[in-house]
Amino acid sequence: MRTVNFSSDHYKDAVFPSPFHSRQKQHNQLKEWTRWADYLSVPAYWCADMEYFSGRNACGVFDITPMVKHLVTGPDALPYLNRLMTRDVSKIKPGRVGYSVWCNEAGRVIDDGTIFHLREGVYRICSQEHQIDWFMTNMLGFDVEITEDTHDVAGLAVQGPTSCAILKDMGLEGIENLTPFGLTYFDFEGTELMVSRTGFTGDLGYELFIDPDYAEVLWDRLFAAGELRGIKAMGSEALDLLRIEAGFILAGVDFLPAMEAVRPTHTRSPFELGLGWLVSFDKGVFNGRQALLEEKEKGSRYNLVKLDIDGNKPAKDSFVYVKGGKKIAGTVTSAMWSPSAKASIALASLEAPLGQPGEEFEVEIYYQRELKWSRVMAPARVVKDVFWNPPRRRQTPPADF
Amino acid sequence: MTNTNNIVIIGGGHNGLVCAAYLAKAGKNVTVLEASEEVGGPAATREFAPGYKASCAHLLNLLDDGIREELELSSNGLSIAKENLTTIALAKDGNHITITPDSVEGSGLTAEDKAAYAEYRRFMTKFAGIIGAMHNLVPPRITTDKENLVPMAKLAWKVRMLGRDDMRELLRIGGINIYDVLKENFDNPLLKGALSLDAVLGTFSGPRSNNSVFTALHRMSGNNSGAAGAASIPAGGMGGVMQAIAGAASRAGAEIRISSPVKRILMDGMAVSGVELENGEQISASTVISNADVRTTILDLLGARHVEADFARRVSNIRSKGNAAKLHLALDGLPSFAGLNESQLGERLVIAPSVEYVEHAFNHCKYGEFSAQPVAEITLPSIHDRSLAPDGKHVLSAIVQYAPRELGTGWTEGKAAFSNAIMDVLETYAPDVRERTVATELLTPQDMEKEFGMTGGHWHHAELSLDQFLMLRPVPRSAQYKSPVDGLYLCGAGCHPGGGIMGSAGKNAANVILADQ
Repeated sequence: MRTVNFSSDHYKDAVFPSPFHSRQKQHNQLKEWTRWADYLSVPAYWCADMEYFSGRNACGVFDITPMVKHLVTGPDALPYLNRLMTRDVSKIKPGRVGYSVWCNEAGRVIDDGTIFHLREGVYRICSQEHQIDWFMTNMLGFDVEITEDTHDVAGLAVQGPTSCAILKDMGLEGIENLTPFGLTYFDFEGTELMVSRTGFTGDLGYELFIDPDYAEVLWDRLFAAGELRGIKAMGSEALDLLRIEAGFILAGVDFLPAMEAVRPTHTRSPFELGLGWLVSFDKGVFNGRQALLEEKEKGSRYNLVKLDIDGNKPAKDSFVYVKGGKKIAGTVTSAMWSPSAKASIALASLEAPLGQPGEEFEVEIYYQRELKWSRVMAPARVVKDVFWNPPRRRQTPPADF
Repeated sequence: MTNTNNIVIIGGGHNGLVCAAYLAKAGKNVTVLEASEEVGGPAATREFAPGYKASCAHLLNLLDDGIREELELSSNGLSIAKENLTTIALAKDGNHITITPDSVEGSGLTAEDKAAYAEYRRFMTKFAGIIGAMHNLVPPRITTDKENLVPMAKLAWKVRMLGRDDMRELLRIGGINIYDVLKENFDNPLLKGALSLDAVLGTFSGPRSNNSVFTALHRMSGNNSGAAGAASIPAGGMGGVMQAIAGAASRAGAEIRISSPVKRILMDGMAVSGVELENGEQISASTVISNADVRTTILDLLGARHVEADFARRVSNIRSKGNAAKLHLALDGLPSFAGLNESQLGERLVIAPSVEYVEHAFNHCKYGEFSAQPVAEITLPSIHDRSLAPDGKHVLSAIVQYAPRELGTGWTEGKAAFSNAIMDVLETYAPDVRERTVATELLTPQDMEKEFGMTGGHWHHAELSLDQFLMLRPVPRSAQYKSPVDGLYLCGAGCHPGGGIMGSAGKNAANVILADQ
C-alpha cells in the first residue's frame, strides 16, 4: 500500500490490509479483524492472555503500520515543532525519540505521540489520530514541509525480554548498544531498516520501520530468528494489557482528543493527565501555553491516577468513590487484572485535588459469576509508580535471554 | 540598538498619531515610525498631478469630538473647509434628490417618502447612537468579573432603554440587509439607491448582503460636531486633519519619524524588545504599538511563530477584501453636471440611481470582475479649498465601487478598462468631464495595499461587520488592544471601533497602555 490516490472511488477501500497482512493471516487463528485507523488490525491471534505473556516473558510482535505517521522537514522544522508541542523538542537530539503531547489554545490535549529525530532537522511524528489538518494549520509562518507518510512506512513493534537477542540473531549487529529512546539504521535486504528502542509495553522492546515492499521479508526473517526465543504475533488486546501495566495512556480511552470533543469540558490538559513533565514553559511560545500557565496558577480540574484495587476483579468502567461510598471522586478509564503485578489495577480520572499518592478510595465494581451480577465496593489506593517497570527496560546492553 | 525610547508606534496613520498624542500627553516617551514621507497613510494629502492634490480619505464624518477637544486639534491647525455637506443623489435627467439630516427634497418625491425619511433618520440616528456610545469603550471581555460585566450590562441597558418598539426594531433590523429596510420604508428608487450606498461604501457587500444595516449605522455613529453621519471637507484635504493630530502629538513631545518603514518587530524571549527598520536600524522599546493592520502586524512584522497557532489562524482569517477604488481627476475647470449649479457641485454627489443598480455593481466583484457600471461618492473639494488645485482648476475626488482586490484579469490590464468604465458613467452625468480632465489617478485596492500597507487595501483594515465588531474585533483574545505577546499592542482600524477617520481605536489603545504601565 502506497500513498493513497484519492480518486472518486477511494471509499471502496476505506480500510486497507497492512503490508504484513499475508503473514498476519497465517497467524490469525481466530480469523478476527478489527479496524485501527486506515488498516485492518488483529485484536487477538489466538488468545489475548497468552499473547500478553509472550510480550512480558518472551517476545511479542505487534503491527504498528496503522499508527499515523508524519514526516516534518525544512529549515524551520525545529521551531515549528517547538511551537506545536508542549515539550522542548530541541532536547531531542538526532538519533533520539521523545514522547510528547500537543494542545489547542485552551491547553487541552489534541493527541499524544512520539517524535523521532531521524536525522539532523528531519522528524517523524507518530500519533494515534489523524493530525495532518492541525499540523498544516500550524505551518503558517514556518518554512517547513509536512507529509503524512503512514502508507509509505511499515512498522512492527518487537517487545519483550528476548527481543534484543532476536534482533541480534536476525543480523542487526550492535543493536544491543542502542539505549532506550535511541534510534539507528541498518542495511536490510538492500533497503534501510530503522530501529528505535521504544514501545508501548514499558519493557525492553524495539520498533522497526521499513519500506512496505520489504514488510513480508522482515516478518519472515524476524520470526525465523525468534523461533527458539518464543516469538509470537501479538494483537491489540494484549498490547492494551501491557500498556496499562506500564501506565501509558491511550487517546480516546484515557482522554478525549480535543479536536473530537463536542463538549470541550470533557477534554483534559497535560497536567490533568499527569503529563506536566512534558510542559516546558521556558522554551518560548507554544500552543496552549497561556491557558496552561493560567491552569498552573489556578489549579487543574482533574488528576489521572494509578489505582491499586483490592481483590481480583477488573474495575472496568467503574465509578471511584470517596471513602464511605457517597461522593463520586471520578471514574476509571482503563482497568485490568495485572498478571505481572498480581493485582487489580486501573487508571482513573479523579476530580482534583483528589488523587494524591496514598489516598484511599472505594471502587464500585460490577461483576458476573455464571450470569449472576454482583457489585462490590473495593478499597483502592493511589500509587505513585507504574505497575510494571523492570530494570531490563533501561539496561544497555540488555541481558541475552 | 541606537535608541532607548520607551514606546514605539508602527505607522503614522490617524490612529497611530492619536495614540501617540495621548501617550505623550501622559508623559510617555513615544516615537512614531511612519513608512512614507508623510503621516496619515491613506488620509495624507498627496500631489497626484503637478499642482493638484487629494487625499484618499476625502470626507470627515466620524472624527470623535472628544478627541478633537482633548487634543486641541483646532489650535493645532484643524480647519474645516465645508461642514455638513448635503448629499445629492444624481439623476441622469437632472432631477436630483438632495438629502440632508433633516429633510429630503426632489421633484419625484412623494409626501410619504418625505415623512418616511424623517422616521428613518429618527430610528437610524437612535440606533447609531448605541454604536457611537461604544466608540470610546475598550470592548469588555466575555468573563464573569465585575470589570467586564458592568460595561456589558451598560450596553444591554442602553439597548433596553430604546424603549420597547425601538428595541424590537433594532433587534429586527440590526443584522439584516439595507435593501429590505429601504424597501419597507421608501418608494423612490433614487432615494433608496443613495441611502443604500451609505451602507456599502468601503465594504465587501451589496445592499442585499446581510449586515449592511450595521455598516450604515456605523457610518452614522460619529458625532463629528454635527448631525449623525454628517460629512465635512477638511481644509487641506484629509492631510490637514493628519497634520493637526501630528501637531498635537509633537507638541505633547512625541517624536514622529517619517520615511522609517519598519521591517520587523523584535522579540526578547516572550516579550517585544523593539523594532528593526528596513534600513537595519534597531530601536529598542518595551512597548510596541502597531497602527498597521493586524494581519500585517502579526503575520509579517512579528511572525506567526511568536503566537499560538489558533491565534495566528484567526488573524489570517480576518476578512479584509478591499473593494473601493479611489479616483482623482485633475480638471482644467469645473465640469457641468446636468441640473447642478456651482454651489451644489461642492456637495457630496452620489451615483447610485437605484438599490438594484448598486446590487448589480456588487455582483461583479463577487466573481473577480469590476463593476461594469460602478457606483460613486464624488466630491470636488477644490471648490471649498483653493489650496488643492491651481487657480481656476479643480480636483474631483471619488470613491468608486466595486473594484475587487483580486481582479480575474489582473489590475495591470484591468485598470485602464475600469477607469474607462468609470468615466463612461461619469460622462452620463457630467458630459464634459472627459474633456476637462488633464490628469487621472486611479488607485485600486491593490494600489492602496501597496502604497499604504493595508492588507487587502481595505479602509477599515478588517471588514466592518457584526462578526468582526466589539469583542470580536480584530479577533478574540486581542480585542482589548493587546496582542498575546507581552508589550505588543494594536491601535489600528482593525481594532474596535473600526476605521473611518475617527481616532477612537488609537485613543482606546492609549488608555489600555497607560492603565498597564
